[in-house]
Amino acid sequence: MSKVYMVSGGVSKFTKARPDKTFQAVVKEAYDYMAADLNGFDKSVIDNTVASYFSDHFTRQLMAGIMVQDYLGLCPLASRRIEAGGATGGMCFQSAWESVASGRSKCTLAYGFETMSHVNTWKGNEFIALASDVSFDYPVGGFYSGYYAMMVVRHMQEFGTTVEQMAAVSVKNHANALHNPYAQHQMEITIEDVRNAPMVAWPLTRLDICVMSDGAACVLLCDEETAFKLSDNPVLVSGVGCGTDAMRMADRPHGDVMLLPHESAADYKDLKYPGIHSFRAGRAASKKAYEMAGIESPREELDFIELHDAYTSSEIQTYEDMGLCKYGEGGPLAESGAAAVDGEIPVNPSGGLLACGHPVGATGLMQAVFAFWQLQGTIGKHFGDDTLQIKNAKRGAIHSHAGTGTYVTVSILEKGA
Amino acid sequence: MSKKIRLPETDDGAILFNVPFPADTKDLKQMSPIVIKQNYSIDYIHSFGQDSPFFAGLANGKLMGTRCNACSYTYATPKGHCMNCGNETEWIELPLQGRIHTFTVCEFGSEAFLKETPFILVLVEFDEADTLFLSRIVGLDPTKASLDWVGMKIKAQFKRNSKFKPTDVYFVPAD
Repeated sequence: MSKVYMVSGGVSKFTKARPDKTFQAVVKEAYDYMAADLNGFDKSVIDNTVASYFSDHFTRQLMAGIMVQDYLGLCPLASRRIEAGGATGGMCFQSAWESVASGRSKCTLAYGFETMSHVNTWKGNEFIALASDVSFDYPVGGFYSGYYAMMVVRHMQEFGTTVEQMAAVSVKNHANALHNPYAQHQMEITIEDVRNAPMVAWPLTRLDICVMSDGAACVLLCDEETAFKLSDNPVLVSGVGCGTDAMRMADRPHGDVMLLPHESAADYKDLKYPGIHSFRAGRAASKKAYEMAGIESPREELDFIELHDAYTSSEIQTYEDMGLCKYGEGGPLAESGAAAVDGEIPVNPSGGLLACGHPVGATGLMQAVFAFWQLQGTIGKHFGDDTLQIKNAKRGAIHSHAGTGTYVTVSILEKGA
Repeated sequence: MSKKIRLPETDDGAILFNVPFPADTKDLKQMSPIVIKQNYSIDYIHSFGQDSPFFAGLANGKLMGTRCNACSYTYATPKGHCMNCGNETEWIELPLQGRIHTFTVCEFGSEAFLKETPFILVLVEFDEADTLFLSRIVGLDPTKASLDWVGMKIKAQFKRNSKFKPTDVYFVPAD
């Protein structure tokens, strides 16, 4: 298996709507940024691509991937499209990783995009809700914010998690974004602001929930030889993990916790897992990625995490899945300040989905780009402000998540040798 | 944070028949995007397939689940084959009483359900089943959402005119 390095990345500014360009031209912005960040980049080095976009409904265009491929001038290279709901970007990153790791490709471009502005917010919510069982779930009142609300109500019931702890995530991530020019929503807000925002699905308010966006992101992954030819500062992808769970929340089991090395069965003797309070797929993905990267104590061995905070509640639940704390301790972790940029384990220093926006197919790749810049130590260069640069960042994780925890990917990135 | 005051916007707009065009083609790069509206509406012929007896059950005032022949795992939302052992399941009648496992009050929703807001979603747990069932509950005040609702005893009621949708059944407080 070849070692796989990330050598460059680019992101378009995420925004509510991009009527000025079609999706291909928005991807081109991210691609050009990625190319310009390498000295004398020549596209002939690319021998394979993977396209990431979630919804044919939003685009109202089948085979949108090939239209990006031709716009970028990459025909007749090999290409494929990846779809995994909200985790499409993370899954695309791992598919690109597989292409290089297997030796089939020396240099794979992953490009992702979503144009969600083609429909209004409530129609958009309907499209997204079609990612729930259309026989049993969607017709009852298909609404993803409602689904996540039911999950966190159970988390509150099980562990005593509070709405203020959830709000603390929103405050942190929106404040981080003040220093990230790519973010859609940069706001200095308080816990009271989050709680006083209009209720969407109890207990989640509008400021507990990410927004829909138009945007694109590109990532270039290479084998070792190509990586060091293109860059003197590549970043190693040292671990990849992926997990799944049943589509219907009603079908999730109530069994035993899948333990990480720093946990024991005794920690959870009365806990039925995952139920609907936790994301088993997130735990499975973390476990695999940590094993591959040789991580035993993630809170100590990771320098930062960019994780899928489509909801403030998901960030708290994901702290636990990723083993930053034990199950049930995510709420206290959120309010402790440990996940702040200058905290013990910074989480979503970029502002996450809550502040950056969530153009689905681009999101997981955006996380990879921000993590890559952190590990290169180039946040100041790319953001025009180095406030968010994690000092001496050596190893980070990116986490991408789909529909109530159905598909989750975790990838580990490390500063190159 | 100050609240923005906004006039609500809708998606209807004028039909555009012509646009100005500059004398110099170099100025075309400064042109505003032309945005048009396209309709997209479809009727799907959706089969409930092996799950059809569930919907026939609703039409007859019964809540049908399935149970695995081999390992007895019991599904409150039917599955034709067991997720644990892969064996075919058998139909069973579920009790019409359960408890709220979790809930939410949807103040907003997908476009299709927006006019029904606020509505309350519940995942229902049953003594006899290993999995849950997604439904709506009526008879609770949506402005009084509280964790106290978790664990509440509730009972199923059925619509008189079946629409062959999972909403043919809904729940109300049992007491």
